[in-house]
Amino acid sequence: MEILQLTVSGLANGCIYGLIALGFVLIYKATEQVNFAQGDMMMLGAFLAVGLGNADWLGMPFLVACAGAVAGMAAVGWSMERLVLRRIFGQSQVTVVILTIALGFVLRFVAGLVWGHEPLSLENPLAGSNARFAGLVLGLDEVAVIVVTLLLTGLLFVFFNRSRLGIAMQASSQNQLAAYYMGIPVRRIHGLTWALAGAIAAIAGILFATKGSIDPSAGLLGIKAFAAAVIGGFGSLPGALLGGLLVGLSEPFAARFIAAGYSQIIPYALLIVVLLLRPQGLFSQVMGKKV
Amino acid sequence: MSSGALLEVRNLESYYGPVMALRGVSLDVPEGSVVTVLGANGAGKTTLLRTISGVLDPEKGSVALAGEAIAGVDPDVIVTRGVVHVPEGREVFPLLSVASNLRLGAYTRSDDAIEDDLGLVLGYFPVLKERLAQPAGTLSGGEQQMLVIGRALMARPRIMLLDEPSLGLSPRLVSAILATVRRLNREQGVSMLLVEQNARQALDIADYGYVLELGRVVLDGPADRLRQSADIREFYLGGQAAGGRGERRWKRRKTWR
Repeated sequence: MEILQLTVSGLANGCIYGLIALGFVLIYKATEQVNFAQGDMMMLGAFLAVGLGNADWLGMPFLVACAGAVAGMAAVGWSMERLVLRRIFGQSQVTVVILTIALGFVLRFVAGLVWGHEPLSLENPLAGSNARFAGLVLGLDEVAVIVVTLLLTGLLFVFFNRSRLGIAMQASSQNQLAAYYMGIPVRRIHGLTWALAGAIAAIAGILFATKGSIDPSAGLLGIKAFAAAVIGGFGSLPGALLGGLLVGLSEPFAARFIAAGYSQIIPYALLIVVLLLRPQGLFSQVMGKKV
Repeated sequence: MSSGALLEVRNLESYYGPVMALRGVSLDVPEGSVVTVLGANGAGKTTLLRTISGVLDPEKGSVALAGEAIAGVDPDVIVTRGVVHVPEGREVFPLLSVASNLRLGAYTRSDDAIEDDLGLVLGYFPVLKERLAQPAGTLSGGEQQMLVIGRALMARPRIMLLDEPSLGLSPRLVSAILATVRRLNREQGVSMLLVEQNARQALDIADYGYVLELGRVVLDGPADRLRQSADIREFYLGGQAAGGRGERRWKRRKTWR
């Protein structure tokens, strides 16, 4: 029983890490840029939902607030690419890394100015209710996180494999030059990828905020999600999700079975082990070019 | 100055990084013909194609398609005008299926003849039919070359820019692929601008040829005349004037310098 309950709460956390990791990987695959502001985008998405939905703020219905937050973060992601990253296109990775870290700070301070630095929780219809079955007590919020992540994964799968735009996104991430030659508007696709990453960050943020509370420094979670993305093999979407689940699962078990204080180390220990044994990550998709 | 050709390149100057790779190139591709551009490594052949397809912006000069200027226009717009570039090195989308690769060739189109054209492409390249569901990265080099040509055909181009389709392929495959290129030209009416190092086989299928050296056109003429030209034979076809070692005590100089 205990094992099962630890598993569910681990999976719920892991889904959130996985979704943030997905944002990292999406942008990396499409543009070869690593967006270190992904965690902060998650945080801002959560705050947008709080600002639109909570009774103290605009007090919109929960689902409307969520949709607004997702659309808002898609717009933020798109504008970050359009206004900032496109201008440094072609610069070295280090430039991109420093710039996105700085953008993360900006998002954090904006959130702090608007919503304050005290933890806030997102009012939602599921808060505090439990589901019982087979003698198991599960927080509905945790179940919702898992269900929403599964649905979103399915949607993304269909989008990337069936839709014209999704296939074009895959194509331009696999071979940007060839995509150019086929008349695929690569720059517009970069913008759309950032918008998608923003929308996914908002969903991750909403899920995170329904499980607990949110404050401007919650974006630091992004570091754990980055570890998850690397564990999964940076460059593989399913890998990012699975890496997130692995990190999420490792935490409650470590907290339960290992001396207190050590459990925080586990995700990073996992990262180091994976990098030593399988540096391309657990689920990487690499294919050598035929000459 | 217009010659009425489908593709007209005039005094094109273009840089490849800091290097001036094209130093004023002019050439014509008449509608329905196969024109080849020969030249050694670094002659500027690839830069020429990249500038025509809009991936590079020219420094000076003009490119016109059916009388309309296309120099400096974005590549996706140029594809919709009917110029499609098949880059060298078989640039497939390695993790996507062969079928997806082919359909992406038609990305700029929205008509409903796309599925018919897929059948047409598979008619020209029957090997691909057995491999439709396979990731393109798992194909052999020759199959990948057929895939990229087929993918380009899916855009229904008026002119195809082919960059060294023979690179790294066996002589037999090269003949097969170039023969298909010629058939596509005859049967589908696609004009071809074919860049090659393999001069003999390129001249065999071409109507007209240009020789590019260090960014300049140094020689041009109908393909059969170029095939007979002593200079071309010496420097590009690997032939040697009569007589073997010992009789010839001078090193032949190119007469176009």
